[in-house]
Amino acid sequence: MSGSPQGSPLFVERQTYRRRRLVDAARALPVLGLLLWLLPLLWAVPEEGPSASTTMIYIFSIWLGLPIVSGALVFAMRRLREPAVGDDT
Amino acid sequence: MTMLNALAAISILYVFFLFAVAFFAERAARRGRGNWLHTPIIYTLSLSIYCTAWTFYGAVGSAARNGFEYLTIYLGPSLVLIGWWWVLRKLVRIGRSQRITSVADLISSRYGKSNLLGVGVTLLAVVGTTPYIALQLQSVVLSVEVFSGAPDGMANNQPTALWVAVGLAIFTVIFGTRNLDANERHHGVVMAIAVEAIVKLAALLAVGIFVVWGISGGVGPVLDRIDASALGRWEVQGGRWAGLLFLSAAAFLCLPRMFQVMVVENDNDAQLRMAAWAFPLYLMLMSLFILPIAVVGLDVLPEGSNPDLFVLTVPLAFGQDGLAMLSFLGGFSSATSMVIVAAIALSTMVSNHIVMPLWLRFNETRVSVSGDVRNVVLVSRRVSIAGVLALGYLYYAQSGGGAALATIGLVAFTGVAQVLPALLGGIFWRGATRAGAFAGLTVGFLVWLYTLYLPSFGSGAFVPESWLETGPFGVMWLNPRALFGIAGIDPLLHAVLWSFFLNTIAFFGVSLASFPSPLERLQGAQFVNVQQATGPRSWSQSGAQAEDLMVMAQRILGAADAQGLFLREARRQGLDGHLPMTSPEFLEVLERELAGSVGAATAHAMIGQIVGGMSVSVADLMAVADETAQMMETSARLEAQSRELTRTAAQLRAANDKLTRLSVQKDAFLSQISHELRTPMTSIRAFSEILRDTDGITREEQNRYASIIHDEAIRLTRLLDDLLDLSVLENGQVSLNIGQGVLSDVLDRAVAAALAHGDEQVLMIHRHRSREEVILNTDTERLSQVFINLIANARKYCDAGRPELSIHVEQIAGSVNVDFVDNGSGVAPEAQDVIFEKFARVSDQKAGGAGLGLAICRQIVSRLGGEISYLPGRGGAAFRVSLPLNQALAAQ
Repeated sequence: MSGSPQGSPLFVERQTYRRRRLVDAARALPVLGLLLWLLPLLWAVPEEGPSASTTMIYIFSIWLGLPIVSGALVFAMRRLREPAVGDDT
Repeated sequence: MTMLNALAAISILYVFFLFAVAFFAERAARRGRGNWLHTPIIYTLSLSIYCTAWTFYGAVGSAARNGFEYLTIYLGPSLVLIGWWWVLRKLVRIGRSQRITSVADLISSRYGKSNLLGVGVTLLAVVGTTPYIALQLQSVVLSVEVFSGAPDGMANNQPTALWVAVGLAIFTVIFGTRNLDANERHHGVVMAIAVEAIVKLAALLAVGIFVVWGISGGVGPVLDRIDASALGRWEVQGGRWAGLLFLSAAAFLCLPRMFQVMVVENDNDAQLRMAAWAFPLYLMLMSLFILPIAVVGLDVLPEGSNPDLFVLTVPLAFGQDGLAMLSFLGGFSSATSMVIVAAIALSTMVSNHIVMPLWLRFNETRVSVSGDVRNVVLVSRRVSIAGVLALGYLYYAQSGGGAALATIGLVAFTGVAQVLPALLGGIFWRGATRAGAFAGLTVGFLVWLYTLYLPSFGSGAFVPESWLETGPFGVMWLNPRALFGIAGIDPLLHAVLWSFFLNTIAFFGVSLASFPSPLERLQGAQFVNVQQATGPRSWSQSGAQAEDLMVMAQRILGAADAQGLFLREARRQGLDGHLPMTSPEFLEVLERELAGSVGAATAHAMIGQIVGGMSVSVADLMAVADETAQMMETSARLEAQSRELTRTAAQLRAANDKLTRLSVQKDAFLSQISHELRTPMTSIRAFSEILRDTDGITREEQNRYASIIHDEAIRLTRLLDDLLDLSVLENGQVSLNIGQGVLSDVLDRAVAAALAHGDEQVLMIHRHRSREEVILNTDTERLSQVFINLIANARKYCDAGRPELSIHVEQIAGSVNVDFVDNGSGVAPEAQDVIFEKFARVSDQKAGGAGLGLAICRQIVSRLGGEISYLPGRGGAAFRVSLPLNQALAAQ
């Protein structure tokens, strides 16, 4: 990142910077979701495990939350869209 | 029975409705009013073919048996879509830019348009999808049985499965092979699927709402009921939870039908952006009521009822016939949409990667003759669709439709997902090679076959029972359920683990070890860097006839489309006619268009037949290798060449200058020498005429004239001697008289001789006698001639008021240098390099000699094995005679 080659400037416009951070967030979101959905595996360790209803509410809350955040990111990205995006993917 | 009749009537009505939807969507698209068909919501809904009858009915069954595990099947795809920025975004862009028609096409195209890989992936897809289609047929049959009330009478219901299969085949043929045009988009089918997506979601939600609010009395009571039931605890195997999460995510990307709706039918990024949040919500809603339905079903229905059918049986048990009917339609929708899309996807693969290559091989010469290839492609598609459905039906009929089928879902997932390493490696890693992809797929497929697929038919069917107990032939570590002796893992997890592990290892290892072909590297660069501008072309300029290409394109794209394309390209090239030039750009555009209809490998082969020969030029390879490095190297080479040229030019200029000066001098000398010769000749002639013609000349006068004639004759002789001497020396005919001599003696003699008739100018000579005691093995006569010449020159040309000449002798490493330095103004720089040439004379005013002295000196010294040079910057004219000491003399 630090040794940016010519062509990708070290400092970018505020809007571009925002947009890139939004992309970072979009990339991190599935990782977060995976971790959260793997978390229940640890619950069963101490005793015989939590009740099904608790688990169900937990899993489905995440399932509702992730798309909402994802949709918000998509919406924010479109608002910040610039004509020519230099994606670094 | 009335119930069954109503069911049949409603089903038929529903099917007609679907036909109508597909028909109108197709017509709208053809009339160019189909913009709404590209809306993101339709795309999102079409993704719902992931939820097949297996999930519609089977999820409840799975929940009733294994609790929460069913969720993983939906959580994995949700994560894939939430993480669309990682994989899907790139995948759909590649799909659009490369006109990908199927997952087999993607793999084949990425790895150098290899048809072998295309065939491999196609076979894998057929093997993995056929049981799945059978499963859908079974679900329809089972659901019909529920209404007919017949016990598990397979025989009675075989016709149902057959009719469903035939009906689906007809629908798919009509709407799936209607057009062969670019991008393989099927608007009618996609629209019908979107409608079915709504139907199945509505059906499942309706049943769920009925169960929660109608039967259980609200959210709170239903949660209590769940906690109180046998499923009331969170008990999942950690391995299976994580493993199935991964498996479903992988299958979501690799399943042929998912690839069809997600990548092939994709039109723009906006569709994906909406699906990224909307489809996880859809999946969430689909799975929201599964657990309540399962728990209530276990509660209220008699022991031993099939939990797979709770979605139907629970409403029926409470007398909700209408709801049950809706639920049936939901299940029917799930089954039919999956079968339709799977059949389209598979038929595309089969016709593009198996039928077309075979047809091409047997009709090699006929590509460019007239006739419609479109018919061949369409017929092969239609036959393939019928074949795929027939396979599914046969599989269903053979397997007996028992519980064996129900478990096949995850087995098929695992098989199809073997494409994942080659797929992800292909779009993210330029180092992935065809050999690697082939190795990975083969290993993964074989391991899957051995550890999961064949044993899934029950022990004893394909795999002998003893193998599962003690391994084949008693080799324990080859046990299909415990490879390498690691037993005790869940069989599915065991197969997933080993197949993916070995698959990835083989893919990666062989990729590292093998070397990709040029085309592979081009394609790899285009796939991995899809976001950037188009890379190098895969066709080089060719002598192909645009007409031949036109004939071929018409046969595949249809006359109007092909002509339109050619005209467009011709305009883009700035041409007036209808045929563009067969430039690499045009060939690439054409290939992509064709690839949208017949797949990349076939399109490449067809163009290759007409264009002929190798398609990748050296320049393209250079571009792949590394454009920048090549450019820099070339420019460095050019710079070096240019520097060398500059140097050579300078040398040439110097040489030219020298030649010009020499030529001028020669002219000057010629006039000089003729003058020199003429003057004495004139006086000799004049005086000899006087002597001859005049009478009465006194003796005294006679003597005077005769001595003048004599002197002039001597002058002439000396001049001619010099010329002769030089000519002899130059021709190497001189004979040297080698002997021992001391340098100081030679110098003494030379000084004495040079100053002998020195009367007009007094030259002071400085010497260091102690240094002159050098013994020379040389021709001392000749050497002293050189010295005399140098000293005489100093005497003649030194323009100082008190002319002085210093003679330095110095011994350096096997040679002795004798320097003659005077205190005059020296030789002008521009004259320094010509003074040793013949006829060179430093100044015209002092008409001393003929300008041959130094030229003779140089010849003599070089004969003696030494060298004479002018030393600039010594304060005056300075000459150095450098002689070898005790050395063999130069060749005589």
